Amino acid sequence: MKMPKEKLISYLINLVGIVVLFLLFVALFQSGVLGSRTNYVKGIFTTACYTIVLVASLNLLVGILGEFSLGHAGFMSVGAYASAIFTNALAGKGLSDLALFVLALIIGGVAAGIAGLLVGIPALRLRGDYLAIVTVAFAEIIRVAFCNFAITGGGRTISGITKLSNFYWCFWVMVICVTIMYMFVRSRFGRTVKAIREDYIAAAASGINVTFYKVLTFTISAFFAGIGGAMYAHYMTAMIPTNFNFNYSAELLTEVIIGGTGSFTGSIIGAAFLSSLPELMRQFSNYRMLAYSIVLVIVMIFRPGGIFGSWEFSLVRVLKKAKNGELFAKKNKGGAENE
Amino acid sequence: MLELKDVNVHYGAIHAIHDVSLTVNDGEIVSLIGANGAGKTTILHTITGLKKSTSGSILYNGKDLTKVEPSKIITLGMAHVPEGRHIFPTMTVAENLEIGAYIRNNKEEIAKTLESVYEKFPRLKERRKQLAGTLSGGEQQMLAVGRAMMSKPDIILMDEPSMGLSPLLVKEIFKIIKEVHAAGITVLLVEQNAKMALSIADRAYVLETGRIAMSGDAKDLLNDPKVKKAYLGL
Repeated sequence: MKMPKEKLISYLINLVGIVVLFLLFVALFQSGVLGSRTNYVKGIFTTACYTIVLVASLNLLVGILGEFSLGHAGFMSVGAYASAIFTNALAGKGLSDLALFVLALIIGGVAAGIAGLLVGIPALRLRGDYLAIVTVAFAEIIRVAFCNFAITGGGRTISGITKLSNFYWCFWVMVICVTIMYMFVRSRFGRTVKAIREDYIAAAASGINVTFYKVLTFTISAFFAGIGGAMYAHYMTAMIPTNFNFNYSAELLTEVIIGGTGSFTGSIIGAAFLSSLPELMRQFSNYRMLAYSIVLVIVMIFRPGGIFGSWEFSLVRVLKKAKNGELFAKKNKGGAENE
Repeated sequence: MLELKDVNVHYGAIHAIHDVSLTVNDGEIVSLIGANGAGKTTILHTITGLKKSTSGSILYNGKDLTKVEPSKIITLGMAHVPEGRHIFPTMTVAENLEIGAYIRNNKEEIAKTLESVYEKFPRLKERRKQLAGTLSGGEQQMLAVGRAMMSKPDIILMDEPSMGLSPLLVKEIFKIIKEVHAAGITVLLVEQNAKMALSIADRAYVLETGRIAMSGDAKDLLNDPKVKKAYLGL
């Protein structure tokens, strides 16, 4: 509201931070430091990018609206299948790869958003555990339906999806998605939704249409989950409905909670870390599920609100501290976060 | 300004409110007193649409409130301070107040109201960046009243503002209600603390098991032997 100039500067600083981070990645991959492992590492980072979008979108529900969804993989699969069917129909029809990719993302997002709206309107009269059960049921219905529709491969693997997701594009899609979600949370809408989370009676007494905002947030969350699903489909190039099972939904929820409910910094780092952890621990493959569970238990004992709680990383704050000489040897992690 | 006529409310088979009629005139403080379970909160909820009446009419400036959505009531100039305060605990004091002005769009006007609320409650200004859940009970009640004032209402319905507060803070809260009233806002006050409620009100209604048992000038009720015995413990 006030000091728009300062706001503009902080946006610019963040943009520069993100570009620098991006160039670091480009340098890493172009320099050949990683040798024959370049593509492997790129793949892990791409996985991290779409996982971040998925986890951040789930965080909108869990952290901001305060409702649990155990069916986020369901929305993801709607986006994944819708976009895959779309690109399979249009591939080789003269559209450039980038245009096709962007369109596929939008199709995936819109399809999942519509699914979110359809589930949200009846389901959001419920709260807490009951809503969580409905979301589980929804994801299961979607999975079973996709196992039986001919257009989705009828339970067999749908393969040959054009490979459009690469790390560079996914990075920017991730940045754009997270920025939009972050701006949503910081806006008047975000504050309104938080008020509903805090006390829905008082929110209604203040003139807030509680159901409308709940459905809206649910739809937005599903929309971004669909985009994440579209990125997934065009990265994997092949998928089967059982990929999007309850375990996957639970994994996403775990990443939100480990990172910190309500913190996008937490979602980004939680998703990036936990999605690459299984790869990093490949040499201990026998023990990695054990390590994973131990990490979860330790975090829940010592940081029940998640590693970051609801704290947000701010590049501007770090720079200010650095200017005043208050910053010690701290390096900034997760530079994709924006003030 | 506000007129209830023969209102009946049921919770399932239970007939909670029997033919209640009451009026609140412009610029008054009207108290609704009664024991636990008499139906005081139910009446407020019926006015704001949180509970549907089974029969009777509720007119507010000539408009039938029974057909208005609860979240739209506030746009008519009627604010509700719910029982138990219902502040937003993990949002800051300033954010709580901003939500109170949710229905208004003019930023300058909102800023003016915010200033006047801070003027009335300097404590809230001191603590505007603090999380509301960390305020004391009295401060939370101030915040709930301040939040209601942010919508610039013509009438405020207050539900048990003295609940859970120390005797000293109870006095403070009633001072606040007087100040709210002095700012030109009509008040309908629901209270168990009959003595305090009667001492600041213009008129009052005594509710007993869902029926209006007595009504009249607050001072008269304060001296009425029956009221004295039943509610004032004298």
